Amino acid sequence: MPTETLKSLGDIAATNSWGAIYPELILGCLALALLALEVILPKFAHGAIPRISILGQVLLLGYIIIFDPAGCCNGIAFGGMIELSGTSQALRIFFLLASIFVSYLAMVSFENKTLARVEYFAITLVVTGALSIMAMSNHFVMLFVALETATVGFYILVSYFRQNTLSLEAGLKYLIMGALSSAILLFGIVLLYGAASNPAMAGSSLDSMNFQNLRVFLEANPTDTLSILGMLLVISGVAFKIGAFPFQIWIPDVYQGAPVSTTAFLAVSSKAAGFAVLLTLTKVFSPLSDWLLPLLSGIAALTILFGNFAALTQRNLKRMIGLSGVSHAGFLLVGVVAVQTVPEATNWVLFYLFAYLLGSMAVFCVLAHLPKEWDADLSLDDLGDLAKKNGFLGIALAIGIGSLAGIPPLAGFIGKFLIFVAAFKAELYVLLGVGIVGVVISIYYYFGVIKAAFFEVWSFTDEDEKSDAPAVLPGQSLTALGRLAIVFAVGGSIVLGFFQGPLGSWLSGQ
Amino acid sequence: MNDSVSLLHFTIAVPIIAAFATLWAGKLGRPAVQIVSITGFAIPTILALVAWIAYSPEVAGGYDFVTRHNTGLESVGISLHLGLNGISLPLFVMSAVVGLAAGLYAAQSKAENLSRYLFCLLIMQGGLMGVFASIDVFFFYFFHELALIPTFVMVGVWGGRDRGYAAMKMTIYLTLGAMISLAGLIALYVKSGANSFDLITLKAHLAAAPLSETVSHYAFGLLLFGFGILVSLWPLHTWAPLGYGAAPSSAAMLHAGVLKKFGLYGLIQIAVPLIPGGVGQWENWIVWLALGNVVVVGLITMAQRDLKQMLGYSSVMHMGYAFLGIAAMSVLGVGGAVLMMVAHGLTVALLFMLSTMIHHRTQTFEMEEMGGLSKKAPVLSAFFVCAMMASIGLPGPGLANFWGEFGIFVSIWEYKPWVLFVAATGIIISAVYGLRSISRVFFGNESEDFLEVQKENSVTDMTWAERVPALILLVLLFFIGLFPKTVTSSLNEALESEPVYAKAEAGE
Repeated sequence: MPTETLKSLGDIAATNSWGAIYPELILGCLALALLALEVILPKFAHGAIPRISILGQVLLLGYIIIFDPAGCCNGIAFGGMIELSGTSQALRIFFLLASIFVSYLAMVSFENKTLARVEYFAITLVVTGALSIMAMSNHFVMLFVALETATVGFYILVSYFRQNTLSLEAGLKYLIMGALSSAILLFGIVLLYGAASNPAMAGSSLDSMNFQNLRVFLEANPTDTLSILGMLLVISGVAFKIGAFPFQIWIPDVYQGAPVSTTAFLAVSSKAAGFAVLLTLTKVFSPLSDWLLPLLSGIAALTILFGNFAALTQRNLKRMIGLSGVSHAGFLLVGVVAVQTVPEATNWVLFYLFAYLLGSMAVFCVLAHLPKEWDADLSLDDLGDLAKKNGFLGIALAIGIGSLAGIPPLAGFIGKFLIFVAAFKAELYVLLGVGIVGVVISIYYYFGVIKAAFFEVWSFTDEDEKSDAPAVLPGQSLTALGRLAIVFAVGGSIVLGFFQGPLGSWLSGQ
Repeated sequence: MNDSVSLLHFTIAVPIIAAFATLWAGKLGRPAVQIVSITGFAIPTILALVAWIAYSPEVAGGYDFVTRHNTGLESVGISLHLGLNGISLPLFVMSAVVGLAAGLYAAQSKAENLSRYLFCLLIMQGGLMGVFASIDVFFFYFFHELALIPTFVMVGVWGGRDRGYAAMKMTIYLTLGAMISLAGLIALYVKSGANSFDLITLKAHLAAAPLSETVSHYAFGLLLFGFGILVSLWPLHTWAPLGYGAAPSSAAMLHAGVLKKFGLYGLIQIAVPLIPGGVGQWENWIVWLALGNVVVVGLITMAQRDLKQMLGYSSVMHMGYAFLGIAAMSVLGVGGAVLMMVAHGLTVALLFMLSTMIHHRTQTFEMEEMGGLSKKAPVLSAFFVCAMMASIGLPGPGLANFWGEFGIFVSIWEYKPWVLFVAATGIIISAVYGLRSISRVFFGNESEDFLEVQKENSVTDMTWAERVPALILLVLLFFIGLFPKTVTSSLNEALESEPVYAKAEAGE
């Protein structure tokens, strides 16, 4: 027996291709290096650590894009634990890109605060690696480990501003809700595992947490009650991650209280990871699609409507962005539902994610540069006269918001358009109708942001504007690096709206 | 299909490049801004006129200046496919000319942040040229939105009374309309099975395998109401008078004159030829709602006291005729509708521009507070009388409008005579408000308010900077009115090559 076990372990170890996950390993090493640098470097040089982190990530991203754009070792690795594909490669680049922005945002928002800093950047890197592995997981154990690594990291990142009560409150809420959702997810996994490893059932397997094995089992038993219940719980757990209705309840408070960099991280990376998992799981659960598709469609419709209606009355910027992110999750869910009947829509979902990344990051970068001690208090009023005080930030905000609103000719429009095409091809007419209603509602609050930043400025009465001008102008902390980050996000949003060439062919070429 | 660059690319790209150049020129001062922006408006106009003269398609009624480029969405069936046919050519030329007039007028105006204002206007111009030059349905929609967004900004930032509310209302209405029509276009794309947004491919596909009755019913419905909102089809028109009332004059000129024609153009060029069964299924809707535009909105127009509001309502009213021309589904009716769209675009742009000039002199839009302006500004009054006559559709200065409406009326007579009786009341209505506004503003005794205004600032006649854009519009209007063949020969060829329009003709 021991020899047999050893042999099987040896077989599994033979599929360990460490080279396949080199970006994640490098991220981990970089995180450790940052911590080591804090000890090694003299105190006055600590300011360089965030820059080193960003530089490291940019180099890694550059390497991947130039030398390894399609992923070096696609296929199943680590004894079925992970499966690398074009999608996971695209998401890997996505997470890395987002993480660079998050690191920059953190650098800006920690500027005038007395806080331990280096840990934030190290944790960001670890979480990014975990999210990336989550997107390629092919096994519930791998999925859960990656998910928990990321979630535990987020517990810290959310409550990082420990002098600020809102940040602490957000951390507590995220901790409780996160633990709850993990428990739900785990319970679902256990049910599926139990059902699928029952030797009395057709298609059962010893390694039933492996997605391929589970799928074989579900195909053999598409009406098994236990599996359906397990599927429901797993989907619920993932719905929490993406902030889909009715698990969106934590979003406004957590997004508001968390530091702006963490909000961006949650809104972009965490959500995208949830969708990556959802894309994988819907393939696994496709034998249960009689249950799964109505469920996801219902969630999608309610998510779009809830997100948009709840955002209508928000004046707090981060809450509003959070709730608008809920509606974006709804649109992405429409895409995920459509993928079940229109497989090429996977790339369109990915395109939407990239467009969402660029638009969101442009907005978050602007928020980070508004003068406010705690970004949790940012409201529409803080945008007043932004366009006049700092035209660069004003235009960046307008383009970011425009892209999120799906206004042509920006990337967000192409994303929404592709989702609509997918929905039409999949004959999801009700969802399409809801989507259109959602877009029209969203125009109202997005327009409110533009109005606050622009329209009150170039009006006829600007006489006494100088007297109550704030001491700190927005964008004073804007460095060359910041300009570069914003130009990248804004430029990307514009270019992808006009010319989708490289990204489009790269996504569909895989 | 070739990948080369045609003059159509320049008509789209030049305004957009000039827009950014204008922003940059803002640092160099006002003359630089004016020169750069006017160049940006003038080059597309010259190119459009060249295209008008040089237009000679290989097939009668077909496309000329065709080019095609992949922008990265080829896998979805989208490519930048440009070209002009007989239907789009007159509208293309009209949009270039109205753009030039609007640009010239804006460049000499006293708008704050002139370079940003011209930036928005130039982007809008680039979008407008793209709308009429696109063969790809996706880009047709895309360019429309590109032109639409600056409108909201211009209304919101440089608008007059109630600009915030007007901008918001316009944004929501027009986004709704655009989204519904987008859904209709996607429906065509998916249901045709062509896997292409290319109009020519779609047409070939749908000619071979028409849509089923239910699909064509809802797809046409989506397009009709989506485009209908954009064209201010009654009762979805309420954004228009409000928006035009608040919009700065150049934005109102381009939107009311050109951009609003997008919906009608979409119906004529895309919806009706691709879904021939749709008009029949929705014809009662079209006829009744269009009559609502003509009669109900017409009566509302008569009741207006505010000059700009009146123009806004009158532009809504005239859209009803175009819908009726489409409902008649004949070469004459649709041709009349296109001719009327061109003529109306020129006229309404001229009227909006002149109304702002009147406002500068009288400091009000209230017609009750004006009067006797012709004594101080005879040239302005001559222009206004010409434009208003054209708008009413009287033969004479408004021959172009007259030919358009005449074609529509004849086709309606052949289609449903009772409709003509109702629609013809519109002529009386527009004569009433048109002539009344002329008499109120320009003739009679000077009102007390106007005398007050004159004490503070002297009232002068039109300056040359104001006359040039007005002349440009009026000259083209006269030209098309006197030589309608320059427009209608290629237009008729294009329409006759569409089986759906030609069928009605052959059936008689």
